[in-house]
Amino acid sequence: MIFQDAGFSLPELSSDLEGLRGEVRAFIREELRTGGFVPECNAWMEGFSPEFSRKLAQRGWMSMTWPKRYGGRERSAFENFVVNEELLAAGAPVAAHWAGVRQTGPLFMRFGNDSIKDFFLPRMARAEIFFSIGLSEPDAGSDLAQVRTQARKVDGGWVINGRKIWSSGAHRTDYMVVFCRTAAADGDRRAGFSQLIVDLKAPGITVRPIYMMSGAHHFNETIFDDVFVAEDRLVGEPGSAWTQVLSELGHERSGPERFLSIFPLVAQLVRLAAADRDVRKTATLGQLTARLWTLRRMSVALLTLLAEGRSPEVEAALVKDLGTRFERESVELIRALAPAQWSTGAADEFEVLMAKCLLAAPAFTLRGGTNEILRNVIARSLGLR
Amino acid sequence: MSTKIILTHSVDKLLRSLCPPEAVNAAERGQWPAELWTALEHAGLTRAWLSEDVGGSGVGVGDVLAMLRTAGRFAAPVPLAETLLAGWLLESAGLPIPEGPLTVAPVTAGDRIQFRKAGSAWRLSGIARHVPWASQVRHLVVIGQAEDGCQVGVVEASRCRISAGKNLAGEPRDSVDFDAVTIGAQDAAPAAPGISQGALLQRGALSRVALMTGALEKVMELSLRYANDRVQFGKPIGKFQTVQQQLAVMAGEVAAACVATDAAGQTNGLGETACAKVRVGEAAGTVAALGHQIHAAIGITYEHTLHHSTRRLWSWREEFGAEADWAGYLGHWIAQLGPDGLWPAMTSPAGIPVDA
Repeated sequence: MIFQDAGFSLPELSSDLEGLRGEVRAFIREELRTGGFVPECNAWMEGFSPEFSRKLAQRGWMSMTWPKRYGGRERSAFENFVVNEELLAAGAPVAAHWAGVRQTGPLFMRFGNDSIKDFFLPRMARAEIFFSIGLSEPDAGSDLAQVRTQARKVDGGWVINGRKIWSSGAHRTDYMVVFCRTAAADGDRRAGFSQLIVDLKAPGITVRPIYMMSGAHHFNETIFDDVFVAEDRLVGEPGSAWTQVLSELGHERSGPERFLSIFPLVAQLVRLAAADRDVRKTATLGQLTARLWTLRRMSVALLTLLAEGRSPEVEAALVKDLGTRFERESVELIRALAPAQWSTGAADEFEVLMAKCLLAAPAFTLRGGTNEILRNVIARSLGLR
Repeated sequence: MSTKIILTHSVDKLLRSLCPPEAVNAAERGQWPAELWTALEHAGLTRAWLSEDVGGSGVGVGDVLAMLRTAGRFAAPVPLAETLLAGWLLESAGLPIPEGPLTVAPVTAGDRIQFRKAGSAWRLSGIARHVPWASQVRHLVVIGQAEDGCQVGVVEASRCRISAGKNLAGEPRDSVDFDAVTIGAQDAAPAAPGISQGALLQRGALSRVALMTGALEKVMELSLRYANDRVQFGKPIGKFQTVQQQLAVMAGEVAAACVATDAAGQTNGLGETACAKVRVGEAAGTVAALGHQIHAAIGITYEHTLHHSTRRLWSWREEFGAEADWAGYLGHWIAQLGPDGLWPAMTSPAGIPVDA
C-alpha cells in the first residue's frame, strides 16, 4: 500500500488554489442568497438541475480539466478537486452532470473515436446533454460479467436487446453508455463486451421508474427492444469494455463525493453543539472532524497519484470503503445526539436533512461497488496466498 | 535520498539487530536495554530533534515522526520519544542537554508543577502522574508554572520521590512527586514563547500518533502472516472471505493512520494533532481487536509477540490525551466557528484554527 512506503511523501493542495476556492464560495453564497438551490445531502446523486449545471459550465467549473478543443478549460485535476469539494460541501445540485463529467467524458477522451469526441464532448461541456451509465442488470450487480444485454451486428451498426437497471437519472438524461455483449465469451467471461452510446429517445427504448424507499425517483429500469445504434457510436475497440470500465475505477472511487455526501448534516451538528455545548455533541463533532480531515487528505493523495498517471485501484477502494462507512456512521452518531421523530415533512431544516439521510444512508455503502466487494479487491492486494 | 528515508532506514537496521522480541520481554521484566540505547545514542537518533548548534541533526517534525513510527513497529522498549521531547524543551529554553535517557513531565493534562523562587534556586512542588520511564532515566525535564510565567527545568531523577507504575504494556509509567525538590538557577530557564505545558502535550501526542502507527503496521504484518500460515479446514484461514474482509478493514485503518500521521507532521499544528490523535486512536482500537480475532488463542498468550504491539496500542492511545480529550477539545473550537465555519476550517491552508 502506497501510504506505507518509506519514500511516500503525502501531497498537499497548493495554496495557489485558494483564489479559485474563494470564487466558488462567492458564487455559492450568491446562489444561496437568490434561492438558486437549497443545500441537500446526497445532492451529487439526487440534486438533478440542468440549470445549475449550465451555470457551472458557463463559469468553466464543470468539465474544467478537459482540453479546450472539447469545451474544457485545461485546468488541473487539483483545481477541479477544489471546485468539486466546495460544491459537495455546500450540498449543491450537481447530479445532472456528475457521473458524465467524472466518468463518461474521460472514457470518450481516452477510448472514443473522433466522431464521438467531436460530437458529444463539447455538448457535455456546455451542459446541453447529460448521460446515464448502463452497467447493472437484474442478474448482474457486483458480478458484472453476468451482463446479458446483447448488441447484434447489423449493416451500419448494432441492434441492442436487453435490460439495464438502477439507471440513475435515465428519465431525464439524454444518452446512456450501455455495457453489453457484442461477442461470445469464448472461455473468458470478461471478454466480448463493448460500450455503446445510446440515444435514450431512440425507438425501442422504454424507461420505467423504480422509486426509492424514500419515494424519490432517480433509479430506472431501461429496456432495449431492437434499438439501433450506429457503428461509430461504439467506444473503442469491440470487446474492450471490461478494461475500459476498470480504468475508470480509480476516479470513480476516490473522489470527495465518497465522504462528503452528508456534509450539510455534519454542519448542522456544529449548530447543535454550539447551541448547548453538550460535551457529547462537541466530542462527536471533534471525532467526525478528525475522520473527515483524514479522508480528505487521503483523497488528495490519490488524486495526486492519478494525476501522475498511476492507477491506485486498491487505495481508491480503501478510501471508498472508509469514506462511505464514515458517511453512514455520521448519520447514526448525529441522530443519537438529538433524538426526534424524524420526518421529511418536518418544519425544522435539520430534521428534514436527517430524515432524508436516514433513508439515503444504506445506499452510501452500496453504490459504485459494495464495501464487501471493495474489501475483496483490497484483500487480493495484501499478499494472501 | 530524503532525510525521512535515511532516518527510518537507520532506525530499522539498528532495531532489527538489537530489538528482538526477547529484548522487549526483558525490558518488561525491568532490564534496561543498555546496548540498544547506546546504539541509538551513537547513531545520533536520540538527538534528532535538536538543532545542529547543540549537537543534534536539526531534522523536521515529520521526519522524526517517521523514525518514531519505525520504533513503534519494533515496540522498542526505550524512552526515545521522551528523550526527543525533553531535548526539544531544553533547547527551546536555552538549557544544556544532559547525557543519557531523559523524560518529560507533566504528561497528564490535569497535573501542575509549581516553580517557586528560593533565593537564587527554585523550589518545586506538585505531582506528575504516569510519567514515562521516570524510574529508568537520570534526568527529568519539567515544565511548570512560576509567578511570572512558564519555566523549564532539569531535575535529577534521584532527587524526586518516584513511585513505580506500569502501563498496560508493562512500560514504566511512574508517579513523580516534586515536593521539596530544589534545582539551581542554572538548571531552569523561562520557556520560550509558544512553549507551554499545552505545547508539550501536543508534541507528546504527535509522538504517540507516530508510535501507534508503527504498532498498527506491525499488527497488520503479523495478522497477514498468520492468515497465510494457519491452516484450518484444509486451507490457510486467509482463504476465507470473512478473514479477508477483516484484513481489508485493517488495511484501511492502517492507511488512515499513516496519512493522519504524515499530515499532522507536516503542520505540527494543534488542530491537526488533535485530528491525528483521534483518528489513529480509533484505528488502534479497531486494528488491535481484529488482530486478536485473526490470531485467536495463540495471540492472547505471552509467548506470542502480538501483545507487544496491541498492549502498547491500548496504552498509547490514552497517553498525552485520549481520543475523547482531543475530540472534545477540537469539537469545542469548531462549535465556536458556527455551521458555516467548519468547512473553511477544514480546508484552510493555514491549518485547522484552534487556540492553546
